[in-house]
Amino acid sequence: MTSSEDVLLQVGQVRYKKGDGTLYLMTERLAWILDHKDTVSVSHRYSDIKLQKISPEGKPKIQLQVVLHDNTTSTFQFVNREGTAAAIRERDKVKDLLVTLLPKFKRKVNKELEEKNRLLSENPGLLQLYKDLVMTEVVTSEEFWSNHAKPFMNKIDSSKQQVGVTGAFLADIKPQTDGCNGLKYNLTPDIMESVFRTYPAVRQKHKETVPHKLSEAQFWTKFFQSHYFHRDRINTGSKDLFTDCAKIDDQVLSKETESVSDPLVDISKFEDVNLGEGYGSLPDKPGSQNIVHQNMIKRFNQHSIMVLKACQSQQEALSGNDSIVTSNGALLNGNSPQKPEEKSNEPALKKARIQEKIIYDDLDEKSELLKHHSPVKLNLSRMDRYLEGPVKSDWTNTCESEEPSGPDIALAACRLKEEAKSWPLHYPNPGVLPPATAVAALGELTPGGALMVHQHDESLAQLVSPSLAKEVTGLYCTCCELLRHFWACFPPTSPELQTKAEQMHNAIRRFHHARIKPFENKVMLDFSPLSQQLTSHLNQLLKTAYNKYETWQSRRKPLGIR
Amino acid sequence: MIVPVDGLDVYFPYEYIYPEQFSYMTELKKGLDAKGHCLLEMPSGTGKTTTLLSLVVAYMVEYPYVVNKLVYCSRTIPEIEKVVEELRKLIAYYKSNGKPLNLIGLVLSSRKNLCVHPQVSKERDGKVVDGRCHSLTASYVRERHKTDSNVPVCNFFENYDERGRELGLPPGVYSLDDLKDFGMQNKMCPYFLARRGVSYANVVIYSYHYLLDPKIAELVSKEMARTSVVIFDEAHNIDNVCIESMSVKINRKILEKTSANIQVLESTVGKMKDANQSRLKEEYRRLVQGLRDAQMARETDVILANPVLPDQILKEVVPGNIRTAEHFVSFLRRFLEYLKTRLRVQHVVHESPAAFLKDIASKVCIERKPLRFCAERLASLLRTLEISDQTDFSPLTVVTHLATLVSSYTKGFTIIIEPFEDKAPTVSNPILHFSCMDASIAIKPVFDRFQSVVITSGTLSPLDMYPKILDFHPVVLASFTMTLARPCLMPMIVSKGSDQVAMTSRFESREDIAVVRNYGQLLVEICTVVPDGVVCFFTSYLYLESVVASWYDQGVIDSIQRKKLLFIETQDAAETSLALINYIKACESGRGGVLLSVARGKVSEGVDFDHHLGRAVLMFGIPYVYTQSRILRARLDYLRETFQIRENDFLTFDAMRHAAQCVGRAIRGKMDYGIMIFADKRFGRIDKKSKLPKWIQEHLSDHLCNLSTEEAVQIAKKWLRQMAQPFHREDQLGTALLTLEQLLTKKDIHEKAQAR
Repeated sequence: MTSSEDVLLQVGQVRYKKGDGTLYLMTERLAWILDHKDTVSVSHRYSDIKLQKISPEGKPKIQLQVVLHDNTTSTFQFVNREGTAAAIRERDKVKDLLVTLLPKFKRKVNKELEEKNRLLSENPGLLQLYKDLVMTEVVTSEEFWSNHAKPFMNKIDSSKQQVGVTGAFLADIKPQTDGCNGLKYNLTPDIMESVFRTYPAVRQKHKETVPHKLSEAQFWTKFFQSHYFHRDRINTGSKDLFTDCAKIDDQVLSKETESVSDPLVDISKFEDVNLGEGYGSLPDKPGSQNIVHQNMIKRFNQHSIMVLKACQSQQEALSGNDSIVTSNGALLNGNSPQKPEEKSNEPALKKARIQEKIIYDDLDEKSELLKHHSPVKLNLSRMDRYLEGPVKSDWTNTCESEEPSGPDIALAACRLKEEAKSWPLHYPNPGVLPPATAVAALGELTPGGALMVHQHDESLAQLVSPSLAKEVTGLYCTCCELLRHFWACFPPTSPELQTKAEQMHNAIRRFHHARIKPFENKVMLDFSPLSQQLTSHLNQLLKTAYNKYETWQSRRKPLGIR
Repeated sequence: MIVPVDGLDVYFPYEYIYPEQFSYMTELKKGLDAKGHCLLEMPSGTGKTTTLLSLVVAYMVEYPYVVNKLVYCSRTIPEIEKVVEELRKLIAYYKSNGKPLNLIGLVLSSRKNLCVHPQVSKERDGKVVDGRCHSLTASYVRERHKTDSNVPVCNFFENYDERGRELGLPPGVYSLDDLKDFGMQNKMCPYFLARRGVSYANVVIYSYHYLLDPKIAELVSKEMARTSVVIFDEAHNIDNVCIESMSVKINRKILEKTSANIQVLESTVGKMKDANQSRLKEEYRRLVQGLRDAQMARETDVILANPVLPDQILKEVVPGNIRTAEHFVSFLRRFLEYLKTRLRVQHVVHESPAAFLKDIASKVCIERKPLRFCAERLASLLRTLEISDQTDFSPLTVVTHLATLVSSYTKGFTIIIEPFEDKAPTVSNPILHFSCMDASIAIKPVFDRFQSVVITSGTLSPLDMYPKILDFHPVVLASFTMTLARPCLMPMIVSKGSDQVAMTSRFESREDIAVVRNYGQLLVEICTVVPDGVVCFFTSYLYLESVVASWYDQGVIDSIQRKKLLFIETQDAAETSLALINYIKACESGRGGVLLSVARGKVSEGVDFDHHLGRAVLMFGIPYVYTQSRILRARLDYLRETFQIRENDFLTFDAMRHAAQCVGRAIRGKMDYGIMIFADKRFGRIDKKSKLPKWIQEHLSDHLCNLSTEEAVQIAKKWLRQMAQPFHREDQLGTALLTLEQLLTKKDIHEKAQAR
């Protein structure tokens, strides 16, 4: 035994790769030692073990297999001399202990992995980067996580905002005909979640029936077949799994119609005096008899109301918790305790609502809305980005191609500072563009504006298909990320930076070959008219970087020689 | 600020004033000085109510002998409550300026809204509340209670009867809730307090019906002095209110119930004849004496009084042939049988009241004179028989009202009997319409009785139409525009879709797939560029339904739902309210909502979509009234013959006022902004366009009158970007908003210019 770990379980007569030995289960690992040997021949950390498998009952060999994360396996055969029963007993002992031990470690290890996984799944941009860089082996996985994913790693703490339910999720489930009189619905977990959140009755039904009575797929098939799903459904009386769901929904809704409390929208109370039956000249009900249409309209309303409620219930749940935390005992936002109180101050609420409606903000000196004469200022975390925007690459071209000397840089910096100072917007205080000017400029730049008169209809944007555009954006993202790191190494004052610059240069080269070249070829084949245009700027960027690297190298060599 | 208006110091409860508010005050003052009627149009959302109240209250304070009462009529309960709060604000402003007023301002509403009785107030239906109230407060019930304490009475009413008549309300402003609070505290019935209060309050706020509906006006608004100022706010629909209140329609169901009523009446009369002959005899004696004074004493006994009766009839004695109870009952039966035969028709009958009277005289020997007394006679009989719940007798009451009306008016009314509905010619469903065609009949007493009647609204264009159809002569007739520092209205007429197919709701092409699709596309595009709330109005509910159905098939609904949450007005009021509440929530939460609604519907008449609740309003088609209706045809004929108003002029006028009304819902105040899209190519024609209110027309320049969907969307985009910029008071000051000094200098310049 090399380590000082406690042995939790020791089982003799275990065969591994045709050698008999003893299996040890220790606090952090599983070990097997060949009989009459001192060294450990098999040792697996629990954290490396993905899962364990056992041989089915009735098999002649009593085996236990552990599968590691890298999918290698180790199989142990239990060969107790007292017979298979004893062997099974021993095997089960090991199995049970492993069952209790493994999850503890699993969580520990996988935490990091899961975290990475989560990050990737939550940030499509990062995922794209990962795909482009790691999967094409432009950079290694470690490098990727340490260098490129930093900004994302830091953001872990920021609380996640839950995504609301889109109003059109049912419309997104487009039925497709599969050619033989069948319909195919594409269902994603998102949509399922949307359905559940919007229609709690369906969630309830799902809980009740799946998986005891129906399988997941059957449930959803039934859902789509039911009248409940179709918006122009009429016969709620039919024998359908979801009939009572519809009933529950209707009940909830009709309960809510009774509790309309806003006096300004309660239409049924608008009329003060009804003309009695028999008075007036208008027909009693100009209404249509088209029940299908009426039902459909009712469904639309119901759907919107449910969607809204699904989103609100979350917020309420959140704010509800807050209120409990902030004011212990006296609930402010809670629901049930102060219902009667609510009732009693209803007139006051109503009055406040009406008074709020009659106020004219601009006539009133003391109006809340206009109290602050200065409006809310745009809060920019990085003003320079807003003011300057992307700079045209000409400048970098000329400057970078030939390395400027020290005094030149100083001069340029000075000039820039001067310019920045004298720019009217920065002086006297760095406010933003005056709104009127901004709007005027934007207006002129939209189609129909003065600056858009000579614009060609067939712009690049129209020629490029969305999928292609997406691909280009992806390339840009990745390329820029690499370049950013590359440029960050300059001036390479320390050896670390120098090595990093080299590394980055190689990475860029690799990327160029692995991604951009194939892409260019593809574009050349498929979209010949814009073959060069699309990637010209990318190539320019890369060229600039190569030039820079070469000048640096050429200078370094003489230095090295000297 | 204290605004000097032509020598009158008007306390205006704000620090700033819109120029048009000042001009409005000036014009209104002229009208009050001349003791004449006014017709004033002021853009919606420019503070009409507060302007009106400020001036009239100031006038009342300054010249108490010229004007001593303000009667403010509005249409819906929320409107009424808003007026009360404006008044409260004004009175508080007077007080804060060291000039407290001893005014009483109160609201009157139906029992449904004012009852505090623990059980009765739980009822939701107005008629049931009235009936139950009556069964607790009728004079004979209370008399019976004196002998037998088991007979329930309403304690609130008892207390009111004991103390309330003399006590009255202390000075102050009373909203519905304030009245109820006051009633609860003093254990008095708020409804009767308010009804009594109407006679001595300085400011009375109630709904149109209390003045225009003769059945109620007689009861409530009788004791008002000539020196009152009457204001009809939101009066663009006033002619319809007048007409509705004077019209009666009878169908088979009512007749069946009436015959049941008569049977009850007969048996009760029979029973009473055996048991209590003296009471019937007493009634007979009273009727001989004249029935008016008997009624005066018992105001609570009556739920519906007589429709308008010329004064001389009231002084006459009830004719002999209906004076005894049995005779009257058999008279009613005869009348009912006659109506039944009239309803047994196979073709449409169209006749004048005179012809009807002639026919009834020849067929069942009923003369005109006893018919005229029918309503009065029934009311008296019901009192005598001590039938506590008069609501059961409402069908019979309707029939007697028909009898009285048909025999009282020969001009301005028509009788139409339709054997079936146009839509279902196979289903026999005969209806007798006794329809008023002349709006001036109901409002004439109001114009005659009060020295100043002000008719005002955001949409009264064309102004010359109202004096014609209401038959009055205004001394002041004015329309104000909206001074704006930035173009916060963006009216556009979209005449074609992106495929250049004309957009129109013309009957022939409204179901055309291309038209419906273009409407859908327009809405989707607008939803894409406009933030928060978008409201659409359709010409009718039927059209809304069919369009929604085809939008569903075309996938338009899906596209809308991708952008915003969709809500649709239904014919069920409660459902619509719920949809509205959620629409507001959707707008407020930032998700944005689309509301599909109907012109002439409840939503278009009573709900405001100010600020983010309505950044864009779309009017799909011109909301013409259903022109095939025979009642409308008859009215158009009448208007042409009597007032020389051409049929087409009236229909267009009616359609455009509703369109303007819908579209005007979106603007409130000058900080607000909204897009108004008229989606029908016919809006571009001069006869339609010229009938829009001036304040909308002004912004509807020629290049906005014939747009395609894309053009409209581009314009909207550009405009919205402009509107979303911060907007300060300083930007408006001097042009669209004035301080007192600015107002005074402006006035000086104006006066000097006039002097020259």
